[in-house]
Amino acid sequence: MLLKLVRKRLAPYGRLLLGLVVLQLINVGANLYLPTLNADIIDNGVSKGNTGYIWDTGGLMLGVTLVQAIGSIGAAFLGAKIAMSFGRDTRASIFRAVGRFSGREMGQFGAPSLITRSTNDVQQVQLLVLMGCTLMVTAPFMMVGGVIMALRQDAGLSWLVLLAVVVLGVSVGLIVRLMVPAFRLVQRRIDRVNRVMREHLSGVRVIRAFTREGYEQSRFDIATDDLTDVQLRVGRLMMLMFPLVFTVMNVSTIGVWWFGAHQVADGHIEIGSLSAYMTYLIQILMSVMMATFMFMMIPRASVAAERITDVVTTEASVRPPEHPVTPDRLRGIVELRRASMQYPGADEPVLRDVGLRAEPGQTVAIIGSTGSGKSTLLSLIARFFDTTSGAVLVDGVDVKELDPQQLWGHIGIVPQKAYLFSGTVASNLRYGNPDATESDLWEALEVAQARDFVQRMDGGLEAAITQGGTNVSGGQRQRLCIARALVARPRIYLFDDSFSALDLATDQRLRAALAPHVRESTVFIVAQRVSTIRTADSIIVLDDGVVVGQGTHDELLAECPEYQEIVASQHGADEEVA
Amino acid sequence: MARRKEATPAPAVPAGDRAAKPVRRGGGPGMGIGMAEKSKDFSGSARRLLGRLAPYRLTLGTILVLTIASVTLNVLGPKVLGQAVDKIFAGSVGALLPHGQSKAAVVAALRAHGENTRADMLAGMDVVPGVGINFDTVGRILLTVLALYVCAGVFQVIQARLLNNVVQRSMNTLRKDVEAKINKVPLSYLDGQPRGELLSRVTNDIDNIGQSMQQTLSQLLVNGLTVIGVIVMMFTISWWLTMVAMVAIPVVMVVTGQVMKRSQKLFVAQWGHTGRLNGQIEETFTGHDLVKVFGREREVEAEFDTTNEALADVSWRAQFVSGLVMPIMMFVGNLQYVVVCVLGGLQVANGSMSLGNVTAFVQYSRQFTQPLTQLASMVNLMQSGVASAERVFEVLDAPEQEPEGDAKLPPTRGAVEFDDVGFGYAPDTPLIQELSLRVEPGQTVAIVGPTGAGKTTLVNLLMRFYELDSGRILVDGVDIRTVPRGDLRSRIGMVLQDAWLFHGTIRENIAYGQLNATEDQIRAAARATFVDRFVHSLPEGYDTVIDEEGSGVSAGERQLITIARAFLADPAMLILDEATSSVDTRTEVMLQEAMAALRSDRTSFVIAHRLSTIRDADTILVMEDGRIVEQGDHSELLAAGGAYYRLYMSQFEGAMTEADPNALAPAP
Ligand SMILES: Nc1ncnc2c1ncn2[C@@H]1O[C@H](COP(=O)(O)OP(=O)(O)O)[C@@H](O)[C@H]1O
Ligand SMILES: Nc1ncnc2c1ncn2[C@@H]1O[C@H](COP(=O)(O)OP(=O)(O)O)[C@@H](O)[C@H]1O
Ligand SMILES: [Mg+2]
Ligand SMILES: [Mg+2]
Repeated sequence: MLLKLVRKRLAPYGRLLLGLVVLQLINVGANLYLPTLNADIIDNGVSKGNTGYIWDTGGLMLGVTLVQAIGSIGAAFLGAKIAMSFGRDTRASIFRAVGRFSGREMGQFGAPSLITRSTNDVQQVQLLVLMGCTLMVTAPFMMVGGVIMALRQDAGLSWLVLLAVVVLGVSVGLIVRLMVPAFRLVQRRIDRVNRVMREHLSGVRVIRAFTREGYEQSRFDIATDDLTDVQLRVGRLMMLMFPLVFTVMNVSTIGVWWFGAHQVADGHIEIGSLSAYMTYLIQILMSVMMATFMFMMIPRASVAAERITDVVTTEASVRPPEHPVTPDRLRGIVELRRASMQYPGADEPVLRDVGLRAEPGQTVAIIGSTGSGKSTLLSLIARFFDTTSGAVLVDGVDVKELDPQQLWGHIGIVPQKAYLFSGTVASNLRYGNPDATESDLWEALEVAQARDFVQRMDGGLEAAITQGGTNVSGGQRQRLCIARALVARPRIYLFDDSFSALDLATDQRLRAALAPHVRESTVFIVAQRVSTIRTADSIIVLDDGVVVGQGTHDELLAECPEYQEIVASQHGADEEVA
Repeated sequence: MARRKEATPAPAVPAGDRAAKPVRRGGGPGMGIGMAEKSKDFSGSARRLLGRLAPYRLTLGTILVLTIASVTLNVLGPKVLGQAVDKIFAGSVGALLPHGQSKAAVVAALRAHGENTRADMLAGMDVVPGVGINFDTVGRILLTVLALYVCAGVFQVIQARLLNNVVQRSMNTLRKDVEAKINKVPLSYLDGQPRGELLSRVTNDIDNIGQSMQQTLSQLLVNGLTVIGVIVMMFTISWWLTMVAMVAIPVVMVVTGQVMKRSQKLFVAQWGHTGRLNGQIEETFTGHDLVKVFGREREVEAEFDTTNEALADVSWRAQFVSGLVMPIMMFVGNLQYVVVCVLGGLQVANGSMSLGNVTAFVQYSRQFTQPLTQLASMVNLMQSGVASAERVFEVLDAPEQEPEGDAKLPPTRGAVEFDDVGFGYAPDTPLIQELSLRVEPGQTVAIVGPTGAGKTTLVNLLMRFYELDSGRILVDGVDIRTVPRGDLRSRIGMVLQDAWLFHGTIRENIAYGQLNATEDQIRAAARATFVDRFVHSLPEGYDTVIDEEGSGVSAGERQLITIARAFLADPAMLILDEATSSVDTRTEVMLQEAMAALRSDRTSFVIAHRLSTIRDADTILVMEDGRIVEQGDHSELLAAGGAYYRLYMSQFEGAMTEADPNALAPAP
């Protein structure tokens, strides 16, 4: 997983990588050469008091060092560039993958986890790549160089080197193996810390109202403590690595001296080649130690890579068809044919065999009890979800055959949960239509009955809006959401209970102003108040996912018992239905 | 040349800034935080970070002792091993010499042959001619070394483990402190910044602090101690050569100082950008559907890419600039080596130092620069960690709510009085002015009025979510500012306009109203509020997990759950802020009964637009523009023919007439 991800994402940087390898080779070469010069200075210079020789060799040594410095500066340059570009590309690919997700996948991963994956997880892999850029070349070369040199000495001690390398390999491998599941937990628990804190931030008013600060703190403490627990566990394993490597290194030098001494005593080798052998052994083990640095990063990085790959390879359940039908322009005729829909994990469908048809200029109202499937119906038209059976057609084309981008380009939605983005009033209004002029904005605000309060806001159109729209009142937020949809000038409007936070007078004025504005579009309105929808061309009464009535206000009033009940519920016994 | 150009980070910061600019739309209140890209006080933050380790003094002391021990053993190891090597060497030479002769005789014989070098060498060795390697002695020495190394290894393991404990535990308390802080800051602080930005501080930044502390602390100790040890050894050989070698130290300081100066800003920017990016990601994922349906993907992606690019750019600069320390240090180290060699060579030549001492010294001076280089290159990790720490401290230092009073509320009756209250969200734009109101215990007060009139604000003030600018609010005769917030709020049950659920089962979400409620109580509350009805149709019933985004239940159902919550809490006073706005009217009518029961004998504030739900309130307040414009019961207000009358009539005004804002409804 890790390797695949890294390979895929590093592919565009082949040239840089090549450059990096070259620079690292220079680096390694210099590194291998320098000890020789070192020894040379002492043997032939210092010990003979030959200052001239020292100066000459010293000069050479400085030259080599300079080359090495340039090499490693270049390598640092390229390594950082590659690693950070890798991080950037990976983040972008996650962000885009999530952009394609539909509600189903969003629910499956959960926003908090997707957020951690986009930053924290990427960081882990990026760190490994950065490490790899500095060590991946150096360590193996030093190791191979060391092994070759050591074998050339033929001290009959190769088995010892082999043993040390195998012991190291096996034990490091074992530790890494144990660390992987632990790190999987670490990342999952970071998700949880993230989620709990995010909930605290979004629910802060409720939490304070119920004085549940203590409870939240303990919820968070549990999440944090759980995280710390696995971090300690994983830390204990990780902390074994270095001492282990050091000890194996030290023990094997002792071993070389002991067995080597026997070889010398038996006259198999010279004492000189034993010393040389020692040097190479140290070099091999040093490179193993460098590699250990990498190995310490691998478990967390591979878990992160796994989580990243999960996101990137998840196919969106709502996806553009391979050969989308692309009508020149959509008129906005919406039709549902025996549409049914069942949420993943649910026992029963929330919508059953829903049929309806609406044309531009028509207003279709949907009314029904809480949980009867009104919002779900709208989300089928907007293709946030796909029908499980039956079809949704726009201009006679199944929405599954349309390019979603094109479809969405013609839909303006006012969601039940009014949500604004941080920015300004204007940036929110222009959300669906970046080119809207200021007068367009004012016009939409006028229709949405939001002109007055926006004018009074500090800065008018440029007044700041906080994330979610928490700094305006609920009704104001709803009206801004309506205005946002109006600015987009879509063919199909979906108003999901968008007037619930409005007082009746405002509601009325708004609808009155809205009517001429949306005359050319197909309008769907979900509402609770009969007064909001009574003039609709067609009213659909939903009950438990089934259409139990369809017609005009008067028709329904005459023959649909559910509708009669609804109407009755809104007017006290003493009031006549106007 | 290229290196110089890249190494000059001067344009780096402005470039990062420039890249980041388009990301910030307008000048939201989010400006307050995460904008500053300059480190405020590096050493202060570093000290503060270390200060947080104070509770672990004992463990840290143990770690220090263990580190000293293992460093000492590791330094000692080669020395002892050297003895074994000498013995092996001597043995291997001795074995070649004729048996029975004395060493002196052999040396003399060699000199006689003019082989002075070999003679010198032999003279300095502990050779017995004719005797080979003594494996007993060698074995014993090697076993000692083995013991030393194993001990050092064990010490290292313990030390590393302890350090890991200290770091992880202190990160744990750091996270908890942030959470605790969130309970103390005013709401405006939390509203004012992107959630993802704050989240990044808790996850990414604290993670980074932990990682860098873990790596730097132990390295700092080991390398620091090694440097000291080596300096001591060098002094025992030649103090003036040591002085020469130590010239490297100021050079190190200058080099790292220079690099630090540049990389510091970059690290601060790096984590700032990470936070900003996290904020953008969080917001986009939260408004996921909207982004799609409004065709915003491209813009959102472009915005993301800008910040992402800025982050990548500043990260690689930070990495590169701080990565310069290593090569520069290596160069300095080699330079120093050559100088020491030259001077040492001169000493040997004029006979003022022995060859052995010079070679030993040269060896040490190598051992000296290596940890020094390590130390210098630790600096970047440290900086990155401190940059993150600074961001966390910024949150911890945010101004807090006004301190709590400690007066006691009398046993509840539920009298509420607003006395000449003035309030505005922004200091210079008053919203509520000179508002006075008396509510008798047990009364139901309905608040009506157009949106934005200040209804929610009014009840928020009663909950003391915000502080008054003037006047006071009394509950049972006690100024709410003088009692602890928790005492006040625990008396009031509130259903907020925005239904909030957390990730958990439906049962847990209802039980939030009263944590120790029994299953029966939960079910009773759920039945009364019609939650039970839809929960029955869910495959997992009350164990159905719902989440914050609200997938799993419809908006109206969410509202019912929050009502059930308040129902279960059974508070002394009640606030319902458009509690049933997303609930259909048939359910609402049925709910009325439960709500009426809930309100009886409790002071209640009810905000609603469907006037039918509030007709039987004891008092109805009509609010406009932050003022109470009318007050009275239903029939009084209808008779008065004012604002309430117009509001009331408007609900029967069904026909879509062309709106005229000045004439809301036909005259009576
Ligand atoms: N994301 C989801 N996953 C599973 N079930 C859901 C989801 N969203 C809604 N539901 C269920 O589907 C039913 C219809 O919901 P919805 O269409 O939102 O109702 P409403 O008519 O109130 O708008 C509800 O009973 C709810 O429990
Ligand atoms: N957190 C806030 N920050 C700044 N202004 C706010 C905030 N909340 C509400 N307002 C403003 O205060 C006024 C009253 O809002 P609110 O009390 O929510 O009205 P409502 O009567 O609809 O409940 C509105 O103009 C709104 O824009
Ligand atoms: Mg709904
Ligand atoms: Mg309100």
